[in-house]
Amino acid sequence: MSHSANGMVNYLNHDKGIKSWLFTLDHKRIGIMYLVAVSLAFLAGGILALLVRIELLAPGETIMSADAYNQSFTLHAVLMIFAFIIPAIPAVMGNFALPIQLGAKDVAFPRLNLASFYIYLIGAAIAMSALIVGRIDGGWTFYTPYSTSIGDGILFVTAGVFVMGFSSILTGLNFIVTVHKMRAPGLTWNRLPLFIWSIYATSIVQVLATPVIGITVLLLFLEKAFQIGIFDPALGGDPVLFQHFFWFYSHPAVYIMILPAFGVVSDLMGTFSRHQVSGYKFVALSSVAIAFLGFLVWGHHMFVSGQSAVSSVVFSLITYLIGIPTGVKVINWVQTMYKGSVQFKSPMLYAIMFLFTFSIGGFTGIMLGVLAIDIHLHDTYFVVAHFHYVMMGGNVIAALGGLHYWWPKMTGKLYNETQAKIAAFLVFFGFNLTFFPQFIMGAQGMPRRYYDYLPQYEGYHQLSTYGSWVLGVGLFLIAYYLLVSVFKGKKAGLNPWGALTLEWTHTTTPPDHHNFLETPVVTRGAYDFHLARHLFEHGGEVTELEGMGDGASTLPETPATEDATV
Amino acid sequence: MSTPHSDQPAHVKHYFVSSEQQFDAAKMGMWLFLVTEILLFSGMFVAYTIYRSWHPETWAALSTALDWKLGGLNTIVLLGSSFTVALGIHHIQKGNKKGLIINLILTFLFAGVFLVVKYFEYSAKIEHGLLPGAAFDPHGISYGFDYATYNVPYGPQFFSIYFVMTGIHGFHVLVGMGLFAWITRKAIRGDFSAEYYTPVENCGLYWHLVDIIWIFLFPLLYLI
Amino acid sequence: MGDNGSVWLPDAMSTLAGEVDALFWFVFWASTIIFAMVIVAKVYFMVKFRRTDETYVPEPVEESKVLEAVWIVLPTILTLIVFTWGFEVFVKLNTAPPDSYEISVRAQQWSWEFQYQEGAVSYTEMYVPVGRPVKLVMNSSDVLHSFFVPDFRIKHDVIPNRYTSVWFEATQAGEYDIYCTEYCGTQHSGMMAKVVAVPQDEFNKWIAEQSQDLPPAELGLQVYAQCQACHSVDGSAGIGPTLAGLYGTTRPLADGSTVVADEDYLLESIVNPMAKIAEGYQPVMPAMFSSTLSPKQLDGLVAYIKTLE
Ligand code: HEA
Ligand code: HEA
Ligand code: HEC
Ligand code: CUA
Ligand SMILES: [Cu+2]
Repeated sequence: MSHSANGMVNYLNHDKGIKSWLFTLDHKRIGIMYLVAVSLAFLAGGILALLVRIELLAPGETIMSADAYNQSFTLHAVLMIFAFIIPAIPAVMGNFALPIQLGAKDVAFPRLNLASFYIYLIGAAIAMSALIVGRIDGGWTFYTPYSTSIGDGILFVTAGVFVMGFSSILTGLNFIVTVHKMRAPGLTWNRLPLFIWSIYATSIVQVLATPVIGITVLLLFLEKAFQIGIFDPALGGDPVLFQHFFWFYSHPAVYIMILPAFGVVSDLMGTFSRHQVSGYKFVALSSVAIAFLGFLVWGHHMFVSGQSAVSSVVFSLITYLIGIPTGVKVINWVQTMYKGSVQFKSPMLYAIMFLFTFSIGGFTGIMLGVLAIDIHLHDTYFVVAHFHYVMMGGNVIAALGGLHYWWPKMTGKLYNETQAKIAAFLVFFGFNLTFFPQFIMGAQGMPRRYYDYLPQYEGYHQLSTYGSWVLGVGLFLIAYYLLVSVFKGKKAGLNPWGALTLEWTHTTTPPDHHNFLETPVVTRGAYDFHLARHLFEHGGEVTELEGMGDGASTLPETPATEDATV
Repeated sequence: MSTPHSDQPAHVKHYFVSSEQQFDAAKMGMWLFLVTEILLFSGMFVAYTIYRSWHPETWAALSTALDWKLGGLNTIVLLGSSFTVALGIHHIQKGNKKGLIINLILTFLFAGVFLVVKYFEYSAKIEHGLLPGAAFDPHGISYGFDYATYNVPYGPQFFSIYFVMTGIHGFHVLVGMGLFAWITRKAIRGDFSAEYYTPVENCGLYWHLVDIIWIFLFPLLYLI
Repeated sequence: MGDNGSVWLPDAMSTLAGEVDALFWFVFWASTIIFAMVIVAKVYFMVKFRRTDETYVPEPVEESKVLEAVWIVLPTILTLIVFTWGFEVFVKLNTAPPDSYEISVRAQQWSWEFQYQEGAVSYTEMYVPVGRPVKLVMNSSDVLHSFFVPDFRIKHDVIPNRYTSVWFEATQAGEYDIYCTEYCGTQHSGMMAKVVAVPQDEFNKWIAEQSQDLPPAELGLQVYAQCQACHSVDGSAGIGPTLAGLYGTTRPLADGSTVVADEDYLLESIVNPMAKIAEGYQPVMPAMFSSTLSPKQLDGLVAYIKTLE
């Protein structure tokens, strides 16, 4: 089978035609299909965001009516949260890289994996059809009784979210089983790439939390369709109960968004510092700890909602506790560079950016967790800035890093590194210009979800809008050179970054249809660069494969006998 | 597509290294799925608990509107069906395909009986206006029940929760019937053997869960 | 920015605002310092350990357990301080002094109504005495709203079928913005009002005046605050038709017929808005005014609309 070692046949070209994609069971192809889908969702959500920003350029009506504005930011959030950020890293990069990093031929349930993708598409389509049916405003939180007082569009959005939830549950379930049961010989839990650990923790949250949003939106749906009176005060129901249900899912959901980002950043930090990730065990297990603690803080979204003061106090305390493991992670990432050999390729630029923007988002999250301060800041632009710093500045920045990192492996092509660096700079600058002023105006009292505002906030809004343009230019530039690279890019080598995880060391670029010609045997941890010195003798780019059967193996060590299953 | 592990039994998918690995994976996947199901219902149990603790008298009074005899009958029917599934698995472990098929068909029939009884319960409620939320309008008398007496504050919530919980449970029974029809067909085709019966085992697990949920629903709604 | 406002926070005009701010600044500076340390370390390592030799593979670094422990213990202590402090201020913000002056606040799409113990009612402005604790007892007629006065650092949701409350004590006379901060529909951002804090004697005078019978048209002008989100009085069209010059004209209706806008029609349009729908508009005017407004207020509205040229 030496033809595939020469990169002639791979998962992209072993089979042709649209059908071979639509019905594929190959996790890599499913990952690519997700990439296309979530990029479109991001593009649509982003364009809505740009419109929202333009409207806010000046007080009063600028380009759209109040109703149009209210629907725009709602749709922006629904698209970004449910159709983009939740599937972004796990479903794209998880699907592509996780099985290969594990040394498996596929995920445990490939058919289910493909089904998840279509369930996601169907859910997104149902949610979008709300646009045709009627207005949907009120934000992505759908607080009752407002949400049940508007038109029937809400029925479609809730149904769509319900369906997309299943996709998320099934993906999580698939990954948990895959991680437990399909690791290659020698790949003990201590040797797993941190990306796997974080996807694993994410999957746990997906499986445990998503059913609750399922039942919540189902009840909301029934409330709207049949006035069942569980949440509607006019019928004796309790609107605050809805908020509890909603946040019981939606707070853990923020960890569904950020944990995969932690994983990407860990991998990038290790690889580009060519160094063991500092505090490996802590970084790995704290993801799981954060995942569990994350279930106990939902009430911090409800400090002014009329929940009991005692619960507020408990929620506030646990909220801080989450900051501590997260903080230790941040510090470990920084420490990874210490006495390392740090290289600034574009994926690493994103990892470094992430440390900056995510930390700001995290610290402001802690401020919001302080009871007395949150009373002032709740539902102002301070909160808007906080969550864009963690979601856009955390998850999306990390996702961009991951995309740049795995792109050569996915497509077999190299993008233009200079353009990538320019774009990274534009994104960083534009992002901060967009959202930093929002902290200030929020603390000054500017409420969120406001179509119109008092003149004292105009300056901040203008800066923010200009920032969104810079950010937009940066993102479009990325889309441009990535697309160009597919057609005109230079051929990527086997392991351009000198990484040590299996997708770089044990398979071709792009990978073979079955991932490996021979099941790899793992003999070292994902970041044990010092045990792999021989790979770097000729420079930064590694051009030989390990353990590919036909004599390509250069591994001196004997295969470990440790049992891989737990 | 090539199958590199041609030395494996036919039911092993090419991406698994062994039959055990495939079986373990399927079983773990099923257990995780059951966890999500429990969480789905737990949301409703939380709503139940909250409303019950707010309006205990209403709930105690309205549970008498439900027919505990029919509910009890359904409990027995479901317990019976859980038993037949277990028996079916027992048979196939011994390689007795006929025993499996008979028990699968019995289970399917039990599930059908459950839904028929549910149908009668529902239609009585609907006829007398014991409906969720805005549609709640109890009226009429039958079999010695004066339904109008159920017109108490927060009555609609009780019936919202009753219908939502039993409705979603009933939906699971329906899905179960579909699953049993499907594996019965596979069993008749001869897909299963003492070495390979993972789908039967997983459907059985699912069915036990549906049964257990009912074991909770029945006393909470009908009896207390 | 006013007296004690800053780039970050608006003026602090209530007795508790200062305490909230002190906590804010503590957390702000603690965070900024830790953040700066992280960033400085990061940049230093980036420069110092940048790759110069492509073949160099560094040795792993023995992790310092002490350092790791410091990173856990230090933030824990810090967060516990902040927690206790935040809790104390939170308790104060939540317990109104027993001698507070009480005002009932009713929220509805998209206006506020303030009812005083003496019987007076106001809409766009809430008068309060300076130097005396004021407790608001709040309730909503429709969906969720939230009462927010940035200068006082107070906020609380306003919920239908349930009473919630906040309190404050204004320290200086002046006007302070009230925002609605829970999304409540089209005009959510227009649901603003002002707190007017005045010395106690001036407040007493105002209350006395207000509680007397106003001429109907003036009462109507006050109640109009609840209509302004949709109806202008300057002739421009909004969600609903302008009220200017409405009286006495012949109105085309959506069903093709016409009607003369006399007193009866005006009253009917307010208490039963679905009866006759004006041409070119959606039937979205709320029907609740028949129950939320008193007959006197309704008369006042009609009288007020008649005065509009
Ligand atoms: C993942 C989550 C996410 C992301 C990424 C964003 C991104 C952005 N958001 Fe959004 N936002 C939310 C989630 C998100 N938002 C949520 C949950 C709310 C709350 C809504 C509510 O109140 O209910 C909100 C609300 C919100 C508001 C407040 C509205 C209000 O309260 O009135 C504003 C205002 O400035 C805003 C702006 C922006 C901007 C300018 C971006 C920019 O970063 C967008 C930049 C993106 C583009 C310009 C698109 C370019 C993309 C491509 C070219 C595709 C190429 C593909 C690849 C590179 C792979 N957002
Ligand atoms: C990716 C998503 C994400 C992430 C990771 C987080 C992380 C955190 N969030 Fe955030 N949050 C959102 C998404 C997210 N959030 C969204 C979408 C909303 C608004 C929803 C809506 O209303 O529409 C929100 C709203 C929100 C609120 C409610 C605000 C309000 O409405 O009034 C609160 C309050 O406690 C909060 C707190 C926190 C905290 C404490 C963290 C922590 O996990 C952060 C931990 C990180 C750090 C602390 C930084 C690194 C630490 C160090 C370098 C060490 C030193 C640290 C200390 C000494 C503390 N968030
Ligand atoms: C939610 C927005 C809204 C609010 C608040 C509202 N209206 Fe209206 N109103 C409308 C709309 C839309 C119409 C036109 C459709 C119709 O005739 O019902 C209308 C019609 C009217 C008309 C008939 C006008 C004509 O041209 O025939 C009158 C009079 C009126 N409103 C008075 C009031 C008064 C007085 C209040 C406050 C107490 C008020 N409205 C509050 C939306 C509103
Ligand atoms: Cu009232 Cu927003
Ligand atoms: Cu949260």
